[in-house]
Amino acid sequence: MDFTTQNCTALFQALATRMAAERDALCALDGLIGDADHGIAMEQGMQAAAAEVPGLPTLQDQFNAAAKAFLNAVGASSGPLYATALMRAAKAAGPRVAMPASETPRLIVAMAEGIAHRGRAEPGQKTMIDAWHPAAEAAKSGSTWPEILQAAQAGADATARMQASLGRAARLGERSLGHKDPGAVSACMIIEEFAKALG
Amino acid sequence: MAPTQKLINDGNHAVDEMLRGVLAAHPMHLTLAAPRAVIAKHGPRAGKVALVIGGGSGHEPTFLGFVGKGLADAAAVGNVFASPPPQPAVDAAMASHGGAGVLFMYGNYAGDVMNFDMAAEMLEMEGIEARTVLTTDDIASSPDRAKRRGVAGNVFIFKCAGAAADLMLPLDEVERIAARANDRTYTMGVALSACSLPQTRRLNFDLPAGEMEIGMGIHGEPGIRRGPLKPANAVADEIMDAILAEMAAPKGAKVAVLVNSLGSTPLMELYILYARVAERLSAAELTVHTALVGPYCTSMEMAGASITVMHLDDELTRMLDHPCDCAMFRVG
Repeated sequence: MDFTTQNCTALFQALATRMAAERDALCALDGLIGDADHGIAMEQGMQAAAAEVPGLPTLQDQFNAAAKAFLNAVGASSGPLYATALMRAAKAAGPRVAMPASETPRLIVAMAEGIAHRGRAEPGQKTMIDAWHPAAEAAKSGSTWPEILQAAQAGADATARMQASLGRAARLGERSLGHKDPGAVSACMIIEEFAKALG
Repeated sequence: MAPTQKLINDGNHAVDEMLRGVLAAHPMHLTLAAPRAVIAKHGPRAGKVALVIGGGSGHEPTFLGFVGKGLADAAAVGNVFASPPPQPAVDAAMASHGGAGVLFMYGNYAGDVMNFDMAAEMLEMEGIEARTVLTTDDIASSPDRAKRRGVAGNVFIFKCAGAAADLMLPLDEVERIAARANDRTYTMGVALSACSLPQTRRLNFDLPAGEMEIGMGIHGEPGIRRGPLKPANAVADEIMDAILAEMAAPKGAKVAVLVNSLGSTPLMELYILYARVAERLSAAELTVHTALVGPYCTSMEMAGASITVMHLDDELTRMLDHPCDCAMFRVG
């Protein structure tokens, strides 16, 4: 089965719905080690993206429009990170009306590369990269969507045992231990929606 | 827990509705250059370095209250506690630059750095030189100056940079003075209660009754330690001990001081703190050249205060004394 522009529209609608549902939980998680606004940023960003995606002719146009809408609605740190991720996904999808299902894990690889490039983060620093990086590694090695999601979730779970060294929580030192990184948790939710739509 | 009580209409529109009110109240000072980009009515002019500041909302009068002749030329306005995206920063810079370059100044937070760096790249493509001086005055946030957050000391640091730009100094000089102002500014705060975002109206952290948190950030980021709430003098002493030790100013040096409310702490408490701060500075044989007491960099309705001390030299003293006329701050 191919991933079409209609599927892409549905995917962004699902992402917006999911982030709206998780907003307060993500804010509460962020309040433990950050400034409690992560859920709001993700909800606003995905809602803005979902509004721009329908009706565009190619997957590339859709992901690029989503990137721009997300960035302009949000700013914050998730804005540049997800805008860059979505622009890389646009490039990976290319100017096509559909891409074969077998190729779709490449979207995760491209997004993870974009986030790493923009945030200059390495795995192990207690950021969203700790979910995106293992997911991308799984995608590169030919894993199925459930396996990609599992890799992301294991990565996000591991952030509870990490001391933050990048981003706002880095200033907490040891006090960041015991709490999962909210950016890694929301990354899993995004990857889960991709897996549902593409798997 | 019951939602917090706020005088808002819709949490999702709080920033834009505030902006509408600010523009309506201060038409002599401010105008809108583009959505979420506020520019000074007077100030920007040909040949002058444009000082563009910005950051998340919820810290008023920081940032937009410091836009005006003699201080910042424009500000990019973000969502509550969130960096603005690159576009308003680009719009603010394009509307205010006078052909002598742009200096971006904002607090050192990961999101702000990414968005303003993208803005600087976009300006470069338009042939406009943009440089950046980050503010890093929160001494509780890291032992390493370069990793620290920018907090209430912003008002002094922006003031010095704005004066340098208003004196028509070239970009190199404005940048140098801004960096020097930042290097000599030291802030530490204490939080007594949490604040809540307009969208959620839930307290953004849990601070049990009777406790305070020393070193907390202006977005509620956890600080150095929690403990029982102490009397004002003991809190002022703990903060002043840390500031004076790090500042290591020689006897006879001049300083500028700010005792800042994080939102709901009233002037009475700020002046009680200030009395002790003045005693400590006097005991250290330091001369207060400028004293500000009030809400200059807030965290919405958070209770608590911060103390900022800037170690002056002749040049920074001239910059602080230079007149400025902003909607929410005036000198001279």
